[in-house]
Amino acid sequence: MAKKGWDEFEIGAMLRTFNGKIDDIAGTPQRDRDYSENSSYTASVADWRLIKPIFNKDYCIDCQFCWVYCPDVSIISRDKKLIGVDMDHCKGCGVCVEVCPTNPKSLLMFPEQADEESEIANWPKKDEKEA
Amino acid sequence: MAFDKMELREVEVWDGNYAAAHAMRQAQIDVVAAYPITPSTPIVESYAQFLADGYIEGEFVMVESEHAAMSGCIGAAAAGGRVATATSSQGLALMSETLYQASGMRLPIVLNLVNRALASPLNVNGDHSDMYMIRDSGWIQFDAFCPQESYDLNLIAFKVAEDHDIRLPAIVNQDGFMTSHTAQGVHTLSDDVAYGFVGEYKPMNDMLDFEHPVTHGVQTEEDWHFEHKARQHNDLMTKVMPKIKEVFADFEKLTGRKYNPVEKYDMDDADVCVVCMGSSVETAREVATEMRAKGVKAGVVGLRVVRPLPFFEIAEALKGVKAIAALDRSSPNGAAGMLFNEIAGALFNTDTKALLSGYVYGLGGRDLTKAHLVALYNELQANADAGKVTTQLQQFIGVRGPKLAFL
Ligand code: SF4
Ligand code: SF4
Repeated sequence: MAKKGWDEFEIGAMLRTFNGKIDDIAGTPQRDRDYSENSSYTASVADWRLIKPIFNKDYCIDCQFCWVYCPDVSIISRDKKLIGVDMDHCKGCGVCVEVCPTNPKSLLMFPEQADEESEIANWPKKDEKEA
Repeated sequence: MAFDKMELREVEVWDGNYAAAHAMRQAQIDVVAAYPITPSTPIVESYAQFLADGYIEGEFVMVESEHAAMSGCIGAAAAGGRVATATSSQGLALMSETLYQASGMRLPIVLNLVNRALASPLNVNGDHSDMYMIRDSGWIQFDAFCPQESYDLNLIAFKVAEDHDIRLPAIVNQDGFMTSHTAQGVHTLSDDVAYGFVGEYKPMNDMLDFEHPVTHGVQTEEDWHFEHKARQHNDLMTKVMPKIKEVFADFEKLTGRKYNPVEKYDMDDADVCVVCMGSSVETAREVATEMRAKGVKAGVVGLRVVRPLPFFEIAEALKGVKAIAALDRSSPNGAAGMLFNEIAGALFNTDTKALLSGYVYGLGGRDLTKAHLVALYNELQANADAGKVTTQLQQFIGVRGPKLAFL
């Protein structure tokens, strides 16, 4: 816990996302933004997670559905290419897996301790449509 | 300005609700989110009419419940608007969860609370049970005793609440029907003068400031929650009362109408006095004057500011009094009345020798008559003469059937 007194922080149950002014937020990649110490971007909440998504880029069509739907902005995308999952902020809700349209899915949920490389090596096969 | 000004006579015949609505119009509120409930409905109804008629540039948001009404107000205030609404009774009860959000987020919303009984049994008439219910919610609370004060205190409430050192929401209480629906002569301010007094709204940390994005209503858990509450309590205990007095003084300079956190009537040499709130204060003042003609040194103390509680002003007002009656217009349900407790708290550790007794009266719109007050003053005089409380500490006034007394 930071050693701040009750009368030292900003009033109003309110946190500033950035240190000072920000312009062109949309055009500035996350890594270049001047997030404040208070911003949730700098805080890891990974210990909330029990299961985790693993991303297999072999099947990904970069449709960005998972990026759009992730409630915690935890899908990392650069130049409209999916790179992976931000494991400091992902809560393991599985929404990204649910919305992924590929067959087989390019994102699947696994136990927190699962090994990424071996899961990707054993990725499920294409689901055949029932006749 | 794009809206029309309204020509008002120097004195208009307004009830408490209409007076509050005109104050809201003159403050040029940006957003009212409201759900109607008797007896406060005419406030937001009148606001909607003023808006439809072009006297206001704002938004009226119709919602599906009082919980949503206050939630809408909180959102609009966080976005950076001047916001007000009105409610009563069950409506306030439904709002109560969001009231804590508003004060914790330090959003200067103004809420007109037209005091009404809480069910069950269902009752649309006035008492103070709703006001008592949310007294720890962190809102500043004013109490208007008549329509004039409903108008004045609304203008004052905006100015206090929106001050950048304060930034706390404020409630203006008035008695359901007794004040809200009783028309009296109300001295008005012109639209320009009233708006000039309240001043242009300068939001702080609003969501519409895209260059300084903020998160409102954050989670803090055991790390920070206590500090937030401590800070809020500190500001209520130390900053708000001086600000209220300053704004009262500004208002007096403008209008000649003087307000005090504690309103004293015939208290300079009083032996016996009643402490009460709302429309009862005016009745008590009349009776006190009549008692004085009969040789009883009677006085009245009316609580103008309920939160923060004016501890020192109460103690000062009651200095030298021999017998005090605290009148609570809410069923204490297993305790002494709030006013009884708070007066006792304010007097504790002072060198007063006053005898304090508590009376419960007027629940669900039951009248408090002059005869009740005459009997009460006589009882206080008997206490003063005997040097001790001659009855039980807590009594009920005007309830049917056998007399109720406790403690
Ligand atoms: S599991 Fe949920 S939080 Fe994690 S990346 Fe997928 S959608 Fe986002
Ligand atoms: S939803 Fe699936 S296919 Fe679309 S970008 Fe995300 S991982 Fe790739």
